[in-house]
Amino acid sequence: MGKKLLSEKFYSAMTTLESRYPSKVALLLPALHAAQDEFGWLSPEILEEVGDFIGIHPAQVREVASFYTMYNLKPVGKYHLKVCTNVACCLRGSEELVQHCEKKFGIQVGETTRDKKFTLVEEECLGACGTAPAMMLNDDYHENLTVSKLDQLLDHLE
Amino acid sequence: METPETLFIQYFNEESRPLAFYQKNMAGYTAVKKALTLSPDDIISEMKKSNMRGRGGAGFPTGMKWGFIPKQSPKAKYLVCNADESEPGTFKDRDIMRYTPHLLIEGMVIGGFAIGAHHGYIYIRGEYTREAKLLDQAIQEAYDAGYLGKNIQGSGFDFDLTVHRGAGAYICGEETGLLNSLEGKRGEPRVKPPFPAQAGAFGGPTIVNNVETLAAVPYIINRGGEWFSGLGKLEKSGGTRLFCVSGHVKKPGVYELGAGSVTLRQLIYDHCHGILGDKKLKAVIPGGSSAPVLTADEIDVIADIEPLMKIGTMLGSAAILVVSEDYCVVKLLQRITRFYAHESCGQCTPCREGCKWMEDIIERIEHGHGREEDLAMLLDISNNISGRTLCALGDAAAGPVMSFVKKFRADFEAHIRGGKCPNV
Ligand SMILES: Cc1cc2nc3c(=O)[nH]c(=O)nc-3n(C[C@H](O)[C@H](O)[C@H](O)COP(=O)(O)O)c2cc1C
Ligand code: SF4
Ligand code: FES
Repeated sequence: MGKKLLSEKFYSAMTTLESRYPSKVALLLPALHAAQDEFGWLSPEILEEVGDFIGIHPAQVREVASFYTMYNLKPVGKYHLKVCTNVACCLRGSEELVQHCEKKFGIQVGETTRDKKFTLVEEECLGACGTAPAMMLNDDYHENLTVSKLDQLLDHLE
Repeated sequence: METPETLFIQYFNEESRPLAFYQKNMAGYTAVKKALTLSPDDIISEMKKSNMRGRGGAGFPTGMKWGFIPKQSPKAKYLVCNADESEPGTFKDRDIMRYTPHLLIEGMVIGGFAIGAHHGYIYIRGEYTREAKLLDQAIQEAYDAGYLGKNIQGSGFDFDLTVHRGAGAYICGEETGLLNSLEGKRGEPRVKPPFPAQAGAFGGPTIVNNVETLAAVPYIINRGGEWFSGLGKLEKSGGTRLFCVSGHVKKPGVYELGAGSVTLRQLIYDHCHGILGDKKLKAVIPGGSSAPVLTADEIDVIADIEPLMKIGTMLGSAAILVVSEDYCVVKLLQRITRFYAHESCGQCTPCREGCKWMEDIIERIEHGHGREEDLAMLLDISNNISGRTLCALGDAAAGPVMSFVKKFRADFEAHIRGGKCPNV
């Protein structure tokens, strides 16, 4: 096998975690999270390296990874906007937020801007319904949103 | 009038999080010390007396569930906390984890001791990155203070606890889907039996409990099952409940009240100060989006497990979604059905195909292309999903469709005949 793409940090974190599970395959979800943290998405090469580390076939890694919406099997923008459009957020105006983003970025839900800065997706309930509408910007929650609060947030991003 | 006692809500702020606060103000880790002097059977019997009914959705009696774990097992046993919090409308477990993580940790040590498990996992939804970090920090504090790890407080009992992050799949809230996901597989629900108490995580006997269920355990051990049971106002339903109220109310949020002590009307109009803009109420979904809908004149019901079951719906995760008169119920059902179609894991044909068909039909009604026969077809499809699937997601998808069509039939017919929503 060629040169490793995943960092030392990845491998040492996984070694520490290994003792927490009775089977190595159980490390698959934590490993995919850690790998995605390093590259922003999970390329075929990364899936293969994760498979090598765990000792399973890359096809099995892909089969599992593709089940979960948080794993990006395609590159995403620097800023990944996940706007919740489930019931409570819909009742509180999340569709307006989505339309606003589509217009602002000139893209549709599911797309990335040409400069690779923004990816826009609709998300199911984020568990923030009491402070709806809510969205995630990368790993962070933003709640009680309005179009103007959203603009303020987005216009400050580098 | 005496203010009713609450266990959680007064601590829902950043100051409560550290171990030092927990020990100083919340009798932190005194329950585990007490539990370690009791026998596992005594703890389980206290849990039975408490009338704690699981807070994850099904309301199963927790003491009875713990009692199903075999005493002897050649395979390691596990205690798993379901922190997937994915039922739309639910947002209480997040507050427990970020503000009172030690209640959950202590509850898990006690639970682990009671069932004879030496390892626990908190399966937390992937989106709760921050909460997962906070839990990790609290767990480290507990290790450092000797409340986790080897020989806890000199008792000879060992218990490790690990946070395991999900990755965005509603079905991983279903306990066997969760266990598959924990094992590094697709989160597809398993055929039952065997139930987790016989063969769960990694093939070992396993108990899966919700965050709120486990976080109440220290209180039950410290103050007794009878005391806890008395916080509830109905027979066989003890403790307080964290109600998550969202949608068109003036003050959405988490409310903690004695189980069975409050009606939906009181929650909406007294606690949440009524409907936004003082509009009229149209509909209430009382137990997360899987619960059959209620109309405005059905809300004088006690918001608890049995009373809601009696009128054909459920308390579920106590997530109450409130809808005012100017929101289109067809659109609402479309949104709900789209969710289940998206989240169906695809193992069972009735769920996989049926959810998609229902989504398509409701979408065409919503877009003004509905046909006369569509409502009968929706009822037929939902009937054919109900009770014919591996896990309860099928019923969760069918229930809303049946109830919306039955209770708001006129709205659906107006869409079909008029080709658009009569309210816009
Ligand atoms: C589709 C589906 C989703 C579920 N989601 C959750 C969830 O997010 N959190 C939860 O605690 N229970 C959820 N449950 C219920 C669990 O299967 C299980 O009954 C519960 O975690 C048991 O804990 P308890 O006895 O403390 O309630 C879900 C069930 C189904 C069928
Ligand atoms: S009912 Fe639906 S979600 Fe549940 S196992 Fe079957 S296909 Fe999967
Ligand atoms: S519906 Fe948007 S956070 Fe729950």
